[in-house]
Amino acid sequence: MVADVKERQGFAGIVLPSLRGATGPLIGLIVLCLFLTFATDKFLSVRNFLNVLDQITVLGVMAVGMTLVILIGGIDLAVGSVMALAMMVLGYLNVVAGVPMGIAIPLALLVASLNGLIAGILITRFNVPAFIATLAMMSITRGLANMITDGQQIIGFPAWFNMMAIVRFGGFLTLTVAVMVVVFIVGLLYQRYRHGGRVLYAIGGNAEVARLAGINVQRATVLVYVVCSFLAGLSGMVLAARLDSVQPSSGVSYELDAIAAVVIGGTSLSGGTGGIGGTIIGVLIIGVLRNGLNLLSVSPFMQQVIIGAVIVLAVTAETYRKRK
Amino acid sequence: MTNRSPLLSLRGIQKSYGPIKVLHGVDLDIYPGEVVALLGENGAGKSTLSNIISGTVQPSAGEMTWLGKPYAPANPRAAMDEGVGMIHQELKLLPKLSIAENVFVGRYPMKSGRLDRRAMEERARAGLQRLGLDVSPDRLVEGLSTGRQQLIEIAKALTLNARLLILDEPTAALGGEETQLLFHQIERLKAEGVGIIYISHRLEEIRRITDRIVVMRDGAKVQEFDRGDVPIRTIVEAMVGRSLERMFPTLPTPTDEVTLEVRGLSAPSKAFRDINFSVRKGEVFGIAGLMGAGRTELVRAITGADPIASGEVLLHGKPVTPRSPIDAIRNGIVLVPEDRKLQGVVLDHSIAENIGYANLGEISRNGWISSRRIREFAEDYIKRFGVKGRGGQNAGELSGGNQQKVVLAKWLARKPQVVVLDEPTRGIDVGARSSIYDLIVGLAREGVTVIVVSSDLEEVLGVSSRIMVMAQGKQAGILNREDANDVSVMELATL
Repeated sequence: MVADVKERQGFAGIVLPSLRGATGPLIGLIVLCLFLTFATDKFLSVRNFLNVLDQITVLGVMAVGMTLVILIGGIDLAVGSVMALAMMVLGYLNVVAGVPMGIAIPLALLVASLNGLIAGILITRFNVPAFIATLAMMSITRGLANMITDGQQIIGFPAWFNMMAIVRFGGFLTLTVAVMVVVFIVGLLYQRYRHGGRVLYAIGGNAEVARLAGINVQRATVLVYVVCSFLAGLSGMVLAARLDSVQPSSGVSYELDAIAAVVIGGTSLSGGTGGIGGTIIGVLIIGVLRNGLNLLSVSPFMQQVIIGAVIVLAVTAETYRKRK
Repeated sequence: MTNRSPLLSLRGIQKSYGPIKVLHGVDLDIYPGEVVALLGENGAGKSTLSNIISGTVQPSAGEMTWLGKPYAPANPRAAMDEGVGMIHQELKLLPKLSIAENVFVGRYPMKSGRLDRRAMEERARAGLQRLGLDVSPDRLVEGLSTGRQQLIEIAKALTLNARLLILDEPTAALGGEETQLLFHQIERLKAEGVGIIYISHRLEEIRRITDRIVVMRDGAKVQEFDRGDVPIRTIVEAMVGRSLERMFPTLPTPTDEVTLEVRGLSAPSKAFRDINFSVRKGEVFGIAGLMGAGRTELVRAITGADPIASGEVLLHGKPVTPRSPIDAIRNGIVLVPEDRKLQGVVLDHSIAENIGYANLGEISRNGWISSRRIREFAEDYIKRFGVKGRGGQNAGELSGGNQQKVVLAKWLARKPQVVVLDEPTRGIDVGARSSIYDLIVGLAREGVTVIVVSSDLEEVLGVSSRIMVMAQGKQAGILNREDANDVSVMELATL
C-alpha cells in the first residue's frame, strides 16, 4: 500500500484528471484492497504489490490498445492471437534464424501491426463489421502462429531477455513493468491531450457527426487498429520475456480479459465514453483480485466465477449511477 | 357535436416530476368523430398529456373518464385494450417482420396453441383496406416509405379497435403526396366516429384538418378555438404568449459577387441530375421541393458528404468539387445537416466538445490540446450564439433550437464562406425558430453565402432572396423573391 501511494504520486498529475467517469471502479479497487488487507496477512506488502504489477504487465499493455478500439465503438478479437504470432515470429527470427534481438523485436512488432492494418482496411474500405473482421484475423493469425513451428514451442533466448522480467532496477521496477508504465503514460497523454486522441471520442460518440465535422474517420480507425495490434505484439514481447520461451498457444482468450478490463474500467462498449485512466483501474482490479484470490487459496475455477461476477457488478453499478 | 357525450374527458390532470410541475390541471374533452389539434411549443406539456392518455405516464392528480367510466390505464397496453391508440413520432415498427406480424405483434391470434397465420393476415388486410392501403399484409415493413409505415401504425391501432387515436407529429417525415393520403384517411376515420388528437408543428395543416384547436403553454391549457380555421398568427401568438411582430427578419441586399457556382452536378444514384445555379455573396438561396425531390442529396454532395458523379462546384470561379467533407470544409463550405440528432451533434458529449470537434485543428497547438482549452474556446461561441446551456452540459439535454445553435456555432467558429442548412428548424418550436432565422440572415449580412433547404414553404419564402425548386431530381426553376409564393413554388415542385 505504501508502494501503491508512491507509485501514484509519480504520475498523479496525469492519472487523476483521467479518472473522471472511473470513480466507481476506483472506489471498487480501494474497497477490494482494504478487504484483502484485512482478510490476508500477505496482501499488504511492497513485495506483493510488485508481484501484482508483474502479473498485470501483459494484460495492461494489451488493454490500452483495446481501450482505443472500444472508444471508437469497435472491437478487436484478434489481440490474443496477434500476440501469439508476434511471439512466434520473435522466437523464429532470434532462436532459429539467429537474427539479433535488436532487429527481431521490431520485426515481430511490425508483423503484429500489419495485422491491425489489414483489419482496419477490411473495416473501413470493405465495410466488414469489426467483430467479423477481427474474428477472421483471430483465426488467421492463430493458424499462422502454429504454422511457424508446427505447434511447437521455441526456447533459447539470450539470458538478458528473461532478466528484463526478473531484475528489479532500483529494487523496484522490472523492465517489463517499466514498459507497461510507459505505455500507460503515453496512452493517457495521447488520449487526453493530443488532437488524434480527442478525435477518437468524436468518432465513438457518432461517426457520422465526426465525418461531417471534417474528421478523417477512416484514417483514425485504421490507425487505432494498428496501434491495438502493435500493443498486442508488445504484450507478446513482455510475455516472452517473462516465460523465456514462446509457444503458439499463448494468449488464448486474452482478448476477453482485455475487453473485461476495459469494461470494468468504465469504457462503454458502444464507444465515445471512458478511457485509459479507467482501464488502468480495471486492469488493477483484475490483477489485485486474482492475486487476492490466490492468497485466499480460492480455486482457479471459482476465480473465473468471481471475475465474471465482478464484470457484471461493475457494469450494473455504472449503468445505475448514470441513470441517477 | 356538443350534445353527444365525449369519448374521453380529462379533469384537472396534473403531473409532477419531483418538485417540478409539468402539468397544472388540464381539462379536455374529446368527442367521437372530431380531430382536435393539440398545440404548443416544445415543453408545453403536449407529450406528457398524450402520454398520460395513452397510459405511458401516470398523472399525479386529476381524473379521466372514458366512455362514461373512470379511466386510469396502468400502461400503454391497458390503454390500447380500452381503445386508445397512440402513434408515436418515431415509428415503432419492426422492419424485418411482415406488415401482418407488425400489426399483431405481442397479441398474435392463436388457434389451438399455434399462431393462426391465416386469421392474422386476413384481419391485417381488413385493417389496411379500411385505410385504403393497397399493400399485401405479408410484405416486409422494410423498404416501405415513411408515409406508408405511418399508415400501418394507424392500421395497427385500428385493428385493435381503437376509438381514439393520438397522432404525434404524423407528417414530420412525410412528403406532400403522403400527407394528402394521410389526411384523406383521417377524414374517413372521422366519418367512422373515431376521435383524433393531432399534435403537429405545421400550423398550415392544422387549419386544414382539425375541428378544434387546444393550445398549451407551460403545462396549462391557455386557449381553445372551436374551429380549425384560425389565422396562423393568432395560433402562434397563443402558443408563445406574446404577439409576434414578424417572424422573419428583413433580408440584406446581396452583392453582385458570385461566390458559389454549381455546374451540371449529378449524383451517382440519380437522386439529382444536371443541377446548375450560382449564389452570390451575402445571399440566402432557398431550395424547395417535395420529399424525395433530391434536395438533401444535392446539398450533401455540394458539401462533400455524399459522392458526385459528374459536374463541378466552383468557389470564386475556382473548381473545388469536394470528394469528402474535409475537402469542402477546407474550402469554407460547411453543412448543417438535416438530422441534428444523428448527424449534427454527439448527444451524450458536452456542448463544448461538440463545438470543439469541428475546430480541433484551431484549438490545438502542435497537436496538443486540453479540455480546458476546448471549454474556453466553446464558451465564447456559446455566449455569442445565445445557446442556453453551460459548456459542460451534454448536448442531449438541450432543446432542439439550442442543439441547432451548437451545430451552427461549431461551424461559424471556422468563419466559413458558404453555409448550407438542411431543414434548419425541423422539430424546433415556433418561438425558437425566429432566433434561427435571425442567425441565418445575420450570416448573409456579414457576407456569408447561405443555402437553405426546407420543406416548410413559409420558411423558404421568408428567408430566401431566390428560391430554386426541385422536382424528381431535376431543377424545375429558380424564382426571384418577388415571384415566389406558395402557389408558384408548388406548381414547379409538382411538375
